[in-house]
Amino acid sequence: MKTEYKIIADIIENNSSILDVGCDDGTLMEFLKANKSTNIRGIEISKEKVQICIAKGLTVIEGNAEFDLKQFPNDSFDYVVLGQTLQAFVNPELVIKELLRVGKKAIVTIPNFGHWRVRLNLLIKGTMPITNSLPHKWYNTPNIHMCTIKDFVKFSEIIGFKIYKSLALKNKNISNINNSNLFFKNLFGELGIFLIEK
Amino acid sequence: MNIKENIKTLIIEKPLKLDCGQTISNFPLAYETFGNLNKDKDNAILVCHALTGDQFVTGINPITKKDGWWTYAVGPNKSIDTNKYFVICANVLGGCMGSFGPGHENPKTKKIYGTDFPVITINDIVNAQVNLLDFFGIEKLFSVVGGSMGGMQVLQFVSNFPDKAKTAIPIACTSSHSAQNIAFNELGRQAITADHNWLDGNYNSKNTVPDKGLAVARMAAHITYLSKKGLQEKFGRKLQERDDLKFGFDADFQIESYLRYQGSVFVDRFDANSYLYITRAMDYFDLVKQFNGNLSNAFKNTKTKFFVISFTSDWLYPTQENKEIVIALNAINANVGFVEIESDKGHDSFLLDVPDFLQAVKNFLDKSFLEKL
Repeated sequence: MKTEYKIIADIIENNSSILDVGCDDGTLMEFLKANKSTNIRGIEISKEKVQICIAKGLTVIEGNAEFDLKQFPNDSFDYVVLGQTLQAFVNPELVIKELLRVGKKAIVTIPNFGHWRVRLNLLIKGTMPITNSLPHKWYNTPNIHMCTIKDFVKFSEIIGFKIYKSLALKNKNISNINNSNLFFKNLFGELGIFLIEK
Repeated sequence: MNIKENIKTLIIEKPLKLDCGQTISNFPLAYETFGNLNKDKDNAILVCHALTGDQFVTGINPITKKDGWWTYAVGPNKSIDTNKYFVICANVLGGCMGSFGPGHENPKTKKIYGTDFPVITINDIVNAQVNLLDFFGIEKLFSVVGGSMGGMQVLQFVSNFPDKAKTAIPIACTSSHSAQNIAFNELGRQAITADHNWLDGNYNSKNTVPDKGLAVARMAAHITYLSKKGLQEKFGRKLQERDDLKFGFDADFQIESYLRYQGSVFVDRFDANSYLYITRAMDYFDLVKQFNGNLSNAFKNTKTKFFVISFTSDWLYPTQENKEIVIALNAINANVGFVEIESDKGHDSFLLDVPDFLQAVKNFLDKSFLEKL
């Protein structure tokens, strides 16, 4: 089990209602279903992945978060989870607003483009960075709106949502992000995990 | 057709008030079952058939001697596994495979009903079917499943009986028949009533059949069940047993010959007046209107777990119309899954060998059966 999933599960209270946006093959959903709450749904854009989820007995809707979240009423879920997909949307601002409308709380994880390896990659090679967590070439990457941990923190101020918990993941080690260590977490964190509210 | 010997019928004594205002009672509902009902009576699946289907879902249809209409999906070890589940299917009210319909004799006049038969609705069909649950002593179905008009029945069933189905699978259907749907049905009805053998619906008394009109109705409808791409790939402009065009109006093209064949075999197994009545029931189906413009209200009292399925090439009941159902269910936080299956086979995809579809149904049912819902 990915450390990221364990952290997400730790944030979520037992027996909450959960929507996993971009639930992929349902790995996180299965984990949450077994450990946190059976009241869990998913939305996934890939037909193949939806089929895998159904085969796992998960309730999943084929759809695109950018267009299909609007069918859910306000505060439909206690938690809406968006795992490492914010950067793939055409309009991340709209998606964040929709997450916070549909969910009372949202958990958003982002691959950190501010990590020192990414920065060094661009500085030394002068080409778009390719790392373990960002393996695509610039022309075929689904990640069209990469951001850094620091960008996301700033984003919260611009859009006007609250960050209740912010964590940085580095080599399976988890640490809190705060104003005084933001520079370092943004340099060394591979993944940012945020619990946010309107 | 030697119908009676091979058909199981339940006589429904309880009066049923139809949407048209008339009340019927002591009427027959023909049905068939597959598999065995378990001790807890919690493994029953009600399959609802489409416009021209019948209760002979799988195996050899004893009347037509052909495979049942959903043999790909229903049977031992199939998507709807009759080794595990007890499948019930009723011929719809207004049908012509033993259930009360326009081909029956009116006890008052001693004549065949014909167009004196009351106009029935999807709601009436479902309200008649639910009697089968009482007959078998089933308190709650494990699932109610159907495609096309069968899907409409699924939606109506859950709406009418919110606590009588653990799961529901409406497939390739709609919550409200569109203008295009009605238009195609009207084309079929006009073809039938324009046949001079139709005789205002009294063809039975004169021992004739409006077979030409019914065949044309079937041909037109059949086109709507296929996709342009599917037709092109299967037939293209291939000629029928000839090397060149004949400059006449025989079936030069294979597609013409195919449609004529489809029309001709259909008239042997289907009744023209039933076709009128059942297409009318579909046209009148508007669950949105029934709930004053808010489809969500149709399902607000249900805990049923839904799985909505559509097909990419289905232009008769396109994905968007199926998604409306999903949206309505999500709006009330109902338990709903949805997938659009990739297929070139058009609306008919649900009846054919489409592995992704068959697998999805199997996975959903088998996993849900183990769940406590």
